[in-house]
Amino acid sequence: MNLALSHFSAALLFAVFASVVFGITQRNTTRDQVRYGLYCFAMFVGGVFVAGWVMWLIRR
Amino acid sequence: MATPTTDKKSTPAAQGSGVSMSVVAPAIGWLIPGAGHLVQKRWIRGLLLMASIVIMFVLGVAMQGHIYQPNGGDILDMLGFVGDIGAGGLYIVSRALDIGQGAIAHATADYGTKYLIVAGLLNFISVADAYHISIGKKP
Repeated sequence: MNLALSHFSAALLFAVFASVVFGITQRNTTRDQVRYGLYCFAMFVGGVFVAGWVMWLIRR
Repeated sequence: MATPTTDKKSTPAAQGSGVSMSVVAPAIGWLIPGAGHLVQKRWIRGLLLMASIVIMFVLGVAMQGHIYQPNGGDILDMLGFVGDIGAGGLYIVSRALDIGQGAIAHATADYGTKYLIVAGLLNFISVADAYHISIGKKP
């Protein structure tokens, strides 16, 4: 079995699973858990785009 | 005037149950990701944690990630082992089946290695959360 994901899809899946765990474990109420999970997901994906643009600038 | 309490948490039997749960929940949660929440009847949280950690580990294996051994020799290998061992039963089964011992040959396999380590680290967080629930620190 050899799964070949792209860089972006691998980062996106990573963000999904890590955000679920962070949301559940770091907050107490269901509402806060959902909000924090979405916040973590946005930060992960936002970080991917920021890192991508930084690497683009370095490469120039 | 003092009133007799009917709170079950204050009885010795209930305290004993709480102590045993504070040991059992983290232990079973480490062995089977999410099970520490399931034994405490946190069904949705447990299933979500289980799905996230198990899928992440399986994807890491599917991407041909490397599973570290305890006697790797290199300090980074030891740190990788600390991460991997967090996955508990998944790590034990994968080592028993001799999975993840190949050399990392391409970028996707390196991602797989990171998925495996992070799945273990996330399970450590899950275990700590199960413990906090068992001692009543978290609802």
